[in-house]
This record gives sequence, C-alpha cells and structure tokens, in this order.
Amino acid sequence: MLAPWAYLAGVIALIGVLVLGVSGKGAQRWLALPGLPRFQPSELMKLALPLLIAWYMASKSTPPKLITLVKAMVLIAIPLVLILKQPDLGTSILIAASGILVLFFAGMPWWLMFSMISIIAACAPLMWFFVMHGYQKQRVLTFLNPESDPLGSGWNIIQSKTAIGSGGIEGKGWMQGTQSQLEFLPESHTDFIIAVLAEELGLIGVLLLLILYFLIIIRGLYMATQCSSLFGRLLSGSLIITFFIYVFVNIGMVSGLLPVVGVPLPLISWGGTSVVSLLAGFGVMMSMYTHDVK
Amino acid sequence: MWGHSFRDRMAEQKLFRSRAIFMTVLIFALLCLLAGRMAYLQVVLHEKYQDLSENNRIQLRPVAPNRGLIYDRNGVLLAENIPSYSLTLVKERVNDVDETLTYLKTLIDISEREEKQFRKHLKHNRRPYQAIAIKHKLDEKEIAQVMVNRYYLPGIDVEARLVRHYPEGATSVHALGYVGRINQKEEDRLDKKQYSATKHIGKLGIERRYEKELHGQVGYQKVETNARGRILRVIEQVDPIPGEDLVLHLDQRLQNAAAKAMKGYRGAVVAIDVASGGILIQYSNPSYDPNSFVTGISHAEYSGLRTNPDLPLFNRAIRGQYPPASTLKPFLGLSFLEAGAVTWQDEINDKGSYKLENDDRLYRDWKRRGHGKVNLHSAVMESCDTYFYDAAYKTTVDNISPFLGKFGFGRNMTLDVPNALSGLLPSREWKKKKRRRSWYAGDTLNLGIGQGFMLATPMQLATATAVLAGKGKWHSPRLMARLGNRPPEIDSKKLPDIVLKDSKDWDRMFNAMTAVVHGPRGTARGLRRNLNFTMAAKTGTSQVVSIAQNEEYDSETLAERNRDHALFIAFAPAENPSIAIAVIVENGESAGRTAGPVAKAILQEYLLGAKG
Repeated sequence: MLAPWAYLAGVIALIGVLVLGVSGKGAQRWLALPGLPRFQPSELMKLALPLLIAWYMASKSTPPKLITLVKAMVLIAIPLVLILKQPDLGTSILIAASGILVLFFAGMPWWLMFSMISIIAACAPLMWFFVMHGYQKQRVLTFLNPESDPLGSGWNIIQSKTAIGSGGIEGKGWMQGTQSQLEFLPESHTDFIIAVLAEELGLIGVLLLLILYFLIIIRGLYMATQCSSLFGRLLSGSLIITFFIYVFVNIGMVSGLLPVVGVPLPLISWGGTSVVSLLAGFGVMMSMYTHDVK
Repeated sequence: MWGHSFRDRMAEQKLFRSRAIFMTVLIFALLCLLAGRMAYLQVVLHEKYQDLSENNRIQLRPVAPNRGLIYDRNGVLLAENIPSYSLTLVKERVNDVDETLTYLKTLIDISEREEKQFRKHLKHNRRPYQAIAIKHKLDEKEIAQVMVNRYYLPGIDVEARLVRHYPEGATSVHALGYVGRINQKEEDRLDKKQYSATKHIGKLGIERRYEKELHGQVGYQKVETNARGRILRVIEQVDPIPGEDLVLHLDQRLQNAAAKAMKGYRGAVVAIDVASGGILIQYSNPSYDPNSFVTGISHAEYSGLRTNPDLPLFNRAIRGQYPPASTLKPFLGLSFLEAGAVTWQDEINDKGSYKLENDDRLYRDWKRRGHGKVNLHSAVMESCDTYFYDAAYKTTVDNISPFLGKFGFGRNMTLDVPNALSGLLPSREWKKKKRRRSWYAGDTLNLGIGQGFMLATPMQLATATAVLAGKGKWHSPRLMARLGNRPPEIDSKKLPDIVLKDSKDWDRMFNAMTAVVHGPRGTARGLRRNLNFTMAAKTGTSQVVSIAQNEEYDSETLAERNRDHALFIAFAPAENPSIAIAVIVENGESAGRTAGPVAKAILQEYLLGAKG
C-alpha cells in the first residue's frame, strides 16, 4: 500500500516547491533537485491524491459516513492550498476534482454533492478578492470581454477563436492553417492545439476527436465498473473522469467557453510531465483491469 | 477492512454502476456542449472569422512614390533622391529596448538627441510592428558594425530608403527650398492616404510650392505576413506613380556666378528672363546647405544658423524689403512724363538742394555743389536728386503711386514663389489708413528719390526692371518652366501691359539708363571697362535706419551695419534686352563699386559665358 507514502512525498515536494522552487512566467511551479530532471510536483499529485483518497475510502464502510468524507476533504484540501499558492489555479482545480470524484464514486450523498457545488459557486466572488492573483483576474476579465485588450491578454483567445471559426466545416487542410502556420496563434503546440486542429481539419475533425475521447471515456468507465475491489473502482473512475475534465476545460477555454487556465489537451498537446502523469494514470487503470477483475 | 459481506459488495457495485451511468450521461451532455460550441464558431460564425483570419494574414502596405526631380533650365540636376540608410527598431521584436540601445551604443554613436527623438516616436502614434528609426544617414562602417552583430540584435534592422539630396548645396536653396520630416501640424493637414508611406514634405521654396505635383501617388502592396510582421510574399501590387519632374527657369550656372560674385557680401541677386518672366537667378547671401535639413538638422547647427548675425536663413531675394532709392528713378521718370509734368527737354538748374514753399527744410542732393543744368536724361544718368524732388512735386503722389503700381511695386507678383513679400508702395490713402496721418508734400519728395515709406524686395525690383526692359510687356515672375508633360501654367496674376503715351519714351529711358554705364558722367561708368555689351542700369544708395543711441553693441559692427545699402538694377543688352537683374548689397555703400560689379559679372556670364 504505497498510496499514503506517495501522497506524503507529493505534499513534501509541494512544500519544497514553495520554499526552494524555480520560478517561471510569474509562478513557482518547478522543483530542480540535483541529479533529477526538473519537474512539477503538482503532476505527481495528480496521481497521488486520487490514489490516497481511493485507498482511504476503500478502507471505510460504504456508504461513507459524514466524518469519513470530512476527513477525506481535509486530505484533498492540503495539496489544493499548496498548489493554489504556486499559484496554479488550473491544476489545483483539476487535482481537487480528482479527489472529489473518488468521493462521488464512493457514494457521497447527492445532497452533500449539490450543497458543495452551491457553496463553491457562492464562494467564487470571494475568491476574486482574496485568492486570485492579478494575472488570474486578468484572465477572467479577458474571458468576459477579450476585445477589451486585443493586443494584450485578449490576443490568445481572439486568435484561437479566429482559427477555429475560419476552419469552417471542412477545415483549411493539413498544414494549411494560416492562423497557426503564420504564428498568429500562440501556444499552438501546447494548450491551444485544438485550435490548430479545428482550423486545419474543420468541424469534422473536431467531432471525430470528440467521439474518440468519448469512446476512451466510456471504455474507462466500463473498465472501472469491472474492477472487483472498491479501491480499484474508485481509482479508475476518478482517473478517467479527470481525463474528461482535462478535455472539457481545455476545449472550453480555447473556444472561449471558459477562462484561460493552463490545461493541456490530453494525448494531443505537446508537453512533458502532464503526458507522464496521464499515461501513468492509464497504466494504473489498465493494471487494475488486468489484475482486479472478479 | 476486508470483511465486507457479499451483500455489501453487491450494493457497492450497484452504487458505483449507477454513478458511472450518471457520469456517462453528464459527459455525453458536456461533450455535446463542446461540439455545439465548435459548430457555432465554425458554421454560424464561419464567415466572420474567415474575414478576421484573412485580415490577420493579408496586409495592405503603402509604398511611397519617388519624389519628382528638379532640373534647372539647362538640365542640371538640382534635387534628386539618393539612398540613405537608417537604423530601425521594431519594438515587438525587441526583448528590452533599453538594453538593446545600450548595446547599440557600444557599436555606433547614438547621440542624446537621436535617442530622445526615437523615444518620442516610439511613444506616439505607432502601429504595432512598425519600425521606428533610431539613427539616420548611417555610413558604411556603421552599417557593417550593426549587420555583423545583428544576430544579437533581434528587431534591429538597417533600412534603405530614398532621401532628397541637393547636389548644388547652398547655391540654390533660397529658390528651391528643401524637404524635411513631416511634423505633427502637417500630418493633421495632409491626405492620410497619399502620405501613408511618405516621411518628408516640401517645407520651403519650390519644394513646398509644387509639393503636390512632386510628391506623386501612393502605391500599395497586398502582402501576406506572419504574426511578427515579416512579409512572406506579395500577393498584389499597385505601383506608386512617381512625382512629376520639374524644370525650372533657374540657371544654376548663373546661381553659381551670383554666389561667387556675392562672396563676402550680405545681399541678394534676382535676375529675370525678359521674354518669359522666368526667374534666372534667385540668390540670397549668405546661404546654407539644405541637405542638413532633410533628415533633421542638429540643434547646434540650427541654432548656429539662427544666431548668425548675417542671417543666412533670411531669404533676402524675396523677403528683404529695402527702400529702392535711386533705382526707382527710371520708373519715376516715366511717371513724370506720363503725368505730363515734365518733358525730356525741360531743364532745371541744380544748386545742390531743393526747398518747398512754406517749408524751411532743405532737401539735399547727394552732390553738395549740385549738378548744374539737368534734364531727365542727365538726371537719370547722374542720379540727380534735386531734379526728381522738383518733378515729383509737380507730378504729385496721386500720379506717381498708381503708375509705379503698374510695375508691380507694392504687391507680390510672383506666380510660384512662396513667402515672397510685397514691399510697400505708399499713397495718400495708404498713409491715411495705416499711419492715420495725411500725406505731406515732403513725403512726395522722399518718394521722388525712392526713399521714405517706399519699400521693395529685390524680386520686385527685378520684376519691374524686366517689365521696363520689355517695354511694358508683363510677365509674372516664375520659377517653374515645365512640370512633367503638362501645358505651361496660365499667367493668372499678370498685370495689364503698360502702354505709354509716347512709346519712344521707352527708348529714351533706355538711353538714359545706358548712359549710367556708358555715359561720361554716369554713376556706374566704372563698369564700362572690359564690357563687351551695352548695359542699361541704374544705381541706388539707400539709407539704413539709424539704430537707437542707447543700445550697446560692438562699435565696429555698428559702423559697418550703419553704412548705406548699395542697390543696382540693370538689363542687357540695351538694344534688345533679354535679361533684367536687381542686386542689393547690404551696407555696400557705393553701388558702382559693390552691387554694380556683381551685376556685371553675372551679366557677363549670361551673355558671354555660354558662347565661351
């Protein structure tokens, strides 16, 4: 049972980031330990947290008692606060969601579910004043009205919407997207890659991708239900839904439905640690399916 | 913890399954939301974003037309466009402007003023990705220094563009003027479209007068650029239409002759082609190099020009207003004849001064002992003031002033010389209106010798002389001879030709003026030596207004600056005049010794130089 240790290591690494982490783009997210490649401990947490919560919930009776849920939420809150401090709003929300999803699958009562959602909604204005950093507020303002600063913070979202919209139904063709090939679209390899796809392959390409994602998610959920242990079910279910949240948040932000948060498009975006944690998650799910089926 | 009952596990699985199904439905709904959002952008708003995307990629770039060239009458190039290299910076491509500037300063000289200018331009009306000039007129070494280190200088470039150049430098600036950078005031006034790629505009002289024609029509390039503004290819091109070339009446050879003859003097020379009114010479001395103004004159150089006591920036040829003094006498003489106040035969006995009835004041002749018996011919030849006092008094200002007006005195008659002043032709009405005094007989006497209120520019004197030489035929003075392929401009300004009661009076006045040079007692008889043509002329010496006694200044300067101005008008050859000239030498005292030889040298160059 490695889960508590992984969690503990993750929490220590996150504290380490805050104390002696490396800064980049105004946030302190990286840990550069001698002898190891530079990495983001928050990525480690993406796996460690659902692991721990699944382990914890599986050790308790179902349906869970309220006190168990409260204790689990404290365990979720610790990395949440640490990552918020970096600051990294996107990742902290994703990690918290992965923890809460375990609780949801463990049988968290609906009334608690809905009251939590309402409390979060009510707290959102308070976040604006007490938690969010200047650049995060700017992102929200830009989300509400990108045209207010077309050359500054609004640039990304205007260009991505332009790329998507100009793609039309059939797209401009492979490598023919002017928005992306002429560098109007920023981050076209990483967070904004769906805009490139939408521009070059059109609505058809986007729908195909969404269907693929849906198939993966259904398959994941099916595999989760096939697990014989509660731990396996909780962990697999949480991981596959987190995967969906990635997809939803990323496409939502690039198409202007959601504010810009730094979330990659899983399995498509170019990038280091997030691929590692995602594929590790799939590995865990498949291992569960292989070894834990009744 | 492994002790769960079978029923518990069944319940757990059931619970999980139901929640998984709920999630599947929710996920499907959310994916549909995303698909709907994408479809909305890609289908409903497709056209809008298609346009936006095209506008991103395609840019219309204005292309500046080449400015028309300016030639003198013999095809000598007076204004051309030569390539000049500027150091430019695109802010969007530079990481840190201050750092880049500091580094550039280790490579080449960037003055404080250049840096200030650059920062000012950087702040003001700049399009994104527009290159801003840091330094102009880079020499080859500087270009090399920058280009070699360009790898370390993203966003820095050396840009070649054509700039105006005046190969003849200082000798013709007072006629040509110059171009300079468009300033804020001009920018507000100009056609934004036509000048979208133009950096310079005519500021003075011909460059300003024919700005529209010289400028040409802006062209366009439809280019595909990437987000960094780099041009990837030209999709479509509308070539600019270059400005029209301008041929002037000006004769650069004569400008050079004037510059040479005027060396060391303050003053001006204007010469006019009698047959056309074309301005052959428009020269003011001292002069300055217009090339300094094109890319921005340095503060030190400019204040040097401004504070120079010899006023090089002052265009004496068209803005210097002097009492014409005795050079007015041929015109005055004709006015006496026309009014019937005198005839050629009438004589007076000059004892050296003239007195009005009821006035104790003595109006002195320049010659203390008087000229003795004089008629109009000898009065012109010897410049006898007493004769002119008497005749002016008899003719009265009401006859003199309108007649002088026919020669263009008192108004700016130039067709295409910007900023030319109109001098002052006094009259009874003028004095009443402007000075609130009535006209006195003494005023008439002063006017009778070209002094008093009367003021004329060298341009006006030359114009009047040309009309005189043409026997009353009027041509407004002009610089432009041909503009592109256009028909010559119609002389809209010209005055009616002057018709005398007796047209022989022209010849008689010519004779009198010829006698000024060739006669035994002519005031410019010193010019006769080595003169291979006949020249009709008139000298003048105009009093300089005395300076207030309580002012402090260098006594030597005072003495020099208080001397009389020397004036000289002439036309030649006297038998069949082709050129009329007016020369003024400030504080030159004796016209026969200063202004006269200048005119003679130039006329000699004009009439004989071409053959030799």
